[in-house]
Amino acid sequence: MSAAIVFERVSVTYTGASEPALREVDLRVDEGELCLVVGRTGSGKSTLLGAVNGLVPHFTGGTLAGRVTVLGRDTREHRPRDLADVVGVVGQDPLLGFVTDTVEEELAYGMEQLALPAGVMRKRVEETIDLLGLADLRRRPLRDLSGGQQQRVAIGAVLTTHPRVLVLDEPTSALDPAAAEEVLAAITRLVHDLGVTVLMAEHRLERVLQYADRLVHLLPGGRVEDGDPATLVATATVAPPVVELGRLAHWSPLPLSVRDARRLAGPLRDRLDLAVARNVVAPESTPVQDVLVASDVVVRYGPTVAVAGVDLTLRRGEVCALMGRNGAGKSSLLWALQGSGRRDRGRVLLKPEPFGEVLDPARLDPQRARRVVGLVPQEPSDLLYLDAVGAECARADAESERPAGSCAALLERLAPGIDPAAHPRDVSEGQRLALVLAIQLSADPTVLLLDEPTRGLDYGAKRRLRDVVHELTARGRCVVISTHDVEFVAETADRVVVMADGEVVADGPTSEVILASPAFAPQVAKIVAPQQFMTVRQVRDELAAAAS
Amino acid sequence: MTAALTATAPPARTGRLARPLHPAGWWLWAIGMAVAASRTTNPLLLALVLSSTCLVVAARRTDSPWARSFRLYLVLGAVIVVGRVLLHVVVGFKYGDHLLVRLPTVPLPAWAAGITVGGPVALEGLLGAAYEGLRLATLIACIGAANALADPKRLLRTLPGALHDIGVAVVVSITVAPQLAESVLRVRRARRLRGERVRGLRGAGRVVLPVLQDALDRSLALAAAMDSRGYGRIAQVPARTRRGTGALVLGGLLGSCVGLYGLLDASTPGSLSVTALVAGLAVATAGLWLGNRRLRRSTYRPDPWRAPEWAAAGLGLAVVLAMLLQARLDPSVLDAPLQPLAVPAVPLVPVAGVLLATLVAVVSPPPVLR
Repeated sequence: MSAAIVFERVSVTYTGASEPALREVDLRVDEGELCLVVGRTGSGKSTLLGAVNGLVPHFTGGTLAGRVTVLGRDTREHRPRDLADVVGVVGQDPLLGFVTDTVEEELAYGMEQLALPAGVMRKRVEETIDLLGLADLRRRPLRDLSGGQQQRVAIGAVLTTHPRVLVLDEPTSALDPAAAEEVLAAITRLVHDLGVTVLMAEHRLERVLQYADRLVHLLPGGRVEDGDPATLVATATVAPPVVELGRLAHWSPLPLSVRDARRLAGPLRDRLDLAVARNVVAPESTPVQDVLVASDVVVRYGPTVAVAGVDLTLRRGEVCALMGRNGAGKSSLLWALQGSGRRDRGRVLLKPEPFGEVLDPARLDPQRARRVVGLVPQEPSDLLYLDAVGAECARADAESERPAGSCAALLERLAPGIDPAAHPRDVSEGQRLALVLAIQLSADPTVLLLDEPTRGLDYGAKRRLRDVVHELTARGRCVVISTHDVEFVAETADRVVVMADGEVVADGPTSEVILASPAFAPQVAKIVAPQQFMTVRQVRDELAAAAS
Repeated sequence: MTAALTATAPPARTGRLARPLHPAGWWLWAIGMAVAASRTTNPLLLALVLSSTCLVVAARRTDSPWARSFRLYLVLGAVIVVGRVLLHVVVGFKYGDHLLVRLPTVPLPAWAAGITVGGPVALEGLLGAAYEGLRLATLIACIGAANALADPKRLLRTLPGALHDIGVAVVVSITVAPQLAESVLRVRRARRLRGERVRGLRGAGRVVLPVLQDALDRSLALAAAMDSRGYGRIAQVPARTRRGTGALVLGGLLGSCVGLYGLLDASTPGSLSVTALVAGLAVATAGLWLGNRRLRRSTYRPDPWRAPEWAAAGLGLAVVLAMLLQARLDPSVLDAPLQPLAVPAVPLVPVAGVLLATLVAVVSPPPVLR
């Protein structure tokens, strides 16, 4: 088989960086392979992907030693635009890459640049619209689409030029489970039917590992190991729940998909059967205390109704996950609860009277409001405006009237080892989120709202986030997390609220809500069903209890 | 007029397919109306042109944001009329016998002769100023109509390949501007989360910095995306040809500007301006044709140029011709009678011309509504 992408002793060093982002990488991806790039946050995944079509170093600067060839074209002699006919690139944030403003024009843009004849363009646009289910959206402005729809358009827009290599940087990180399935199904179909070579970075391995032909694992220090997914994942620094369960149960070879695992899981299910499922015991009878009561909240943007009369009561010491497809109104609801966002109707009341009387956070002045309800927005960097991480921390201490260094200490716990002199824009996405989280936590709010905090986080970062959340709830705080990450919800949340079309469609304990629907069920639940377990930890605890 | 009013009927009844008229078609029609309006100060004719424009916009605009901007042009026109009248009252040259009010005069030094601050305000002068203001307002309404009816981005797409770079720059700035506004809103909202009231200069600084960083990040990401999608793939062309192309386009455009100016300015002989316009356009076209060979790109679903487009352009030309014909027959009726003051005449030929041009509301296909 001929090679589609070849890296020969490639090292990339960015200007001003002391360490190379990639070090002597040798890699060969054959034509028609689906190659998955995994690694911790900030380990150089984006650099590796960018080097394929020459954006690194033609666009980003820095020095590239060694040689990258794509279908025989050397990126030293070919700029990204000269590779546009063979490499299609889809970035992390689809909105940033849109050049035109309606769906149809965006699909055609790449073909226009390649000077394809009009007839071919019409045909391919229609084909792509069918392939990715965009028929209802074709005339819509790109900015009005939800995140999932935008990502599908972004993938469609590079597919129209029929590239032989597709480079995808976390294509499903912003998508709800159903939309992610749809996108991944489309990608695998491209690989199987058209023989497209795909190089894809992804944090949430549970979604994609089973489809991968080859795994590229980026190690700390910019080195790379690659090989067969099943062997490599046994020792990888990142692993999805199915692999962790396999490691726990000493299955060999390690299963990569729920289907494989289920076939191996018979004995495990029997062992679990003997034990009592502890996670479904009735909640303890400690008196629940409401901290925030919202009733009939309506948020409207012009003619569109984002939140249509939601009633929600948040309780002390509770982790509440807010789920639902892209555009279901989750963000609008969080902003309305915080009081800074729009609210056209309804009431939001804080209890028990943080400032002497029952209060609406929207009526509080911002300084006080943030000590009661804190929000980490979807774009955490909006909160940052100073030029160093340390300065932001110091400023947060002053804002929250806390002793100097408390925010920095929080940050050190959330994401150890960030250089205080680093510019907030230069740190990785996960580190930036940790910084904003630390800033908002420094005010120690009673209710903390997190809008899609797991986006772009690796498993380690998610684990740290979970620990922080649990620590907060142990101190009686309430945390609301809007997310698409079922595995994270299973391990973190006590309660799940599902929204659709601006309304609450399900509200209940995590196990009830997410085990009830196949779309939401986490991997472990699917593997050990009908036993009701959601996480590897629950299984491990159960086995330990049974053994003792 | 009754025929034009039926233009608002649903497309199903007329049986024609909804499609956008070629943007150049709308612009040619609107320029025709504007040129016609520029040749007269007769308030009745101006009012007719203005209402005809409004009617066409109402009948054929889409529900896009730029289509909603027409109202702004009308407001701007009203401001211009009022401003022109105020200017006349304060510093204008006063004339006429029908004295309305006598304002106190401020004596000015000798070198400022001709300017009177205050003084007697007569009806004739006041009306003259109002008519001139109305003419300018009508011109602006015509341009506004073209803007409202033709999608600016579609217009840019019809630009010849040689002007592609300029077109893209304009498109990107059109795209980024609303994003910038959105980004300001988002950052202001986020500022509140940190417990700040965004007020005053210091608050502004804290908003501007993240917004600018955001804009920079966005433009870099956009540039990277455009590059990786093949933007700017150029065929190799010798530098001499490239320079020649630039010179031809620039020279040609200058020539046609001179010609247009002459056409709008009644005192320049018509034949001279027409010659300059035609020659300029020819030179520019040659330059663009040369430049087109440099770029290799194609256009997705180009707007067709069919009968309705010819009709729109033709109706725009017809109203200009009607105006020119009237100027040859009896130019006096095109000017508002001020000395002596009288009711303006209703010249038949220009009125027929404007009414004819209004038919564009029927001959153009119904707009595509989202």
